[in-house]
Amino acid sequence: MSTSSVELPPKGGFSFDLCKRNEMLAKKGANPPSFRKTGTTIVGLIFQDGVILGADTRATAGSIVCDKNCEKIHYMAPNIYCCGAGTAADTEAVTDMVNSQLQLHRYHTGRESRVVTALTLLKSHLFKYQGHVQAALVLGGVDVTGPHLHTIYPHGSTDTLPFATMGSGSLAAMAVFESKYREGLSKEEGINLVCEAICAGIFNDLGSGSNVDLCVITKGHKEYLRNYQVPNHRAHISSKGFTFPKKTEVLLTKITPLDEKVEVIEAGDAMEE
Amino acid sequence: MAKQHANWSPYDNNGGSCVAIAGADYCVIAADTRLSTGYNILTRDYSKICKLADKCVMASSGFQADVKALQKHLGARHLIYQHQHNKQMSCPAMAQLLSNTLYYKRFFPYYSFNVLGGLDNEGKGCVFTYDAVGSYEKVGYSSQGSGSTLIMPFLDNQLKSPSPLLLPAQDAVTPLAEDEAVDLVKTVFASASERDIYTGDKLEIVVINAAGLRREYIDLRKD
Repeated sequence: MSTSSVELPPKGGFSFDLCKRNEMLAKKGANPPSFRKTGTTIVGLIFQDGVILGADTRATAGSIVCDKNCEKIHYMAPNIYCCGAGTAADTEAVTDMVNSQLQLHRYHTGRESRVVTALTLLKSHLFKYQGHVQAALVLGGVDVTGPHLHTIYPHGSTDTLPFATMGSGSLAAMAVFESKYREGLSKEEGINLVCEAICAGIFNDLGSGSNVDLCVITKGHKEYLRNYQVPNHRAHISSKGFTFPKKTEVLLTKITPLDEKVEVIEAGDAMEE
Repeated sequence: MAKQHANWSPYDNNGGSCVAIAGADYCVIAADTRLSTGYNILTRDYSKICKLADKCVMASSGFQADVKALQKHLGARHLIYQHQHNKQMSCPAMAQLLSNTLYYKRFFPYYSFNVLGGLDNEGKGCVFTYDAVGSYEKVGYSSQGSGSTLIMPFLDNQLKSPSPLLLPAQDAVTPLAEDEAVDLVKTVFASASERDIYTGDKLEIVVINAAGLRREYIDLRKD
């Protein structure tokens, strides 16, 4: 028998083993690569018949745009959606995880998911990780108890609000909401106000940009409006195009024929895909 | 006790990109007009291009307060030169002056990344590119600023600069026509605005040729 030890499965959660080494490296000038963050403007508001969520579509890695059209409005349940700002991997992972948990819960209880359930699952997870999971969320949906809108901060605190904004463009968007929001907006008015708020973030915040995504949730019905507004087009497209004549130079060509050592048996079952 | 480091910096980066391309009898200098700090836009309408002499234009990105001070200094020195020599400074002369001015502040630099463009005494286009402390080189084209890492490889591909180490010394100016070079500059900034958050709003293009100086503006992405 071999004496190699059996690999134990990891215990789960985060391993902080390399933190000291990273600190030492940073002091010596070797900084870690920047994460892909969603620089972001995300908003939500409650209108007459339900909830409208909005988001921009730019993802940045430092000062470079790494995705010009990413999706920041995540599906949680048929009647609940969640916008995510902060580290993209964190928002994806945490919303995915709670989505699965909600589905299992629906099977278990036989009932439609409630927004407060999603809220509690998200906030307890984020609190457990003490802010290291950098996800700032705007959670909205309509359930049996009515329309709900919440904001969730990376450390796990939550607010329940009639209108909310998060992300680097939140101030620009909130300025629009604070000026123009009122209770009992119609669907048209609500959609226009959310677009205005997101556009304020898109044009005034450098971390947000590209297009406006919307999601309108009402009792028993939802509309996911991907790229509802596309206000930014490429500035200039050359009419004559470009040629790329520089080819990679071939410096040396060496062909080594391989000897066949394996006998291929033609008959036999095909491998399962 | 480890040395305490300052929690205040005298510098800030106002973002933006500049490009200059030299042709056989023209020179194109361009820069975007966005002035930003951190994630905020200060103004969409700021010119980073300064005319230093009749046939000599400088575009600078970096810390615009230092850029303004640098422009003022060079303007004053040019005026003195005109009084003393009864003529305008040529582009290569201005290039050397800029280098010396930058190196003079070697230990508290101007946070300014410059490209100088214009016509030399024979009317041929010339472009000089600088770092923050005055190291400079005459080249056929150059870009500086936040979008330069996106712009430079594309210019290298399209304008095929020969290696400056080859002998006999090859002419770096591009064989492109003036309008083709301007089209290339527009494309390059359109692409940089897509991927660099600090580049956008408007593009200011200055073209110097035998007829004089002309300015053109086009809109870029505002997000």
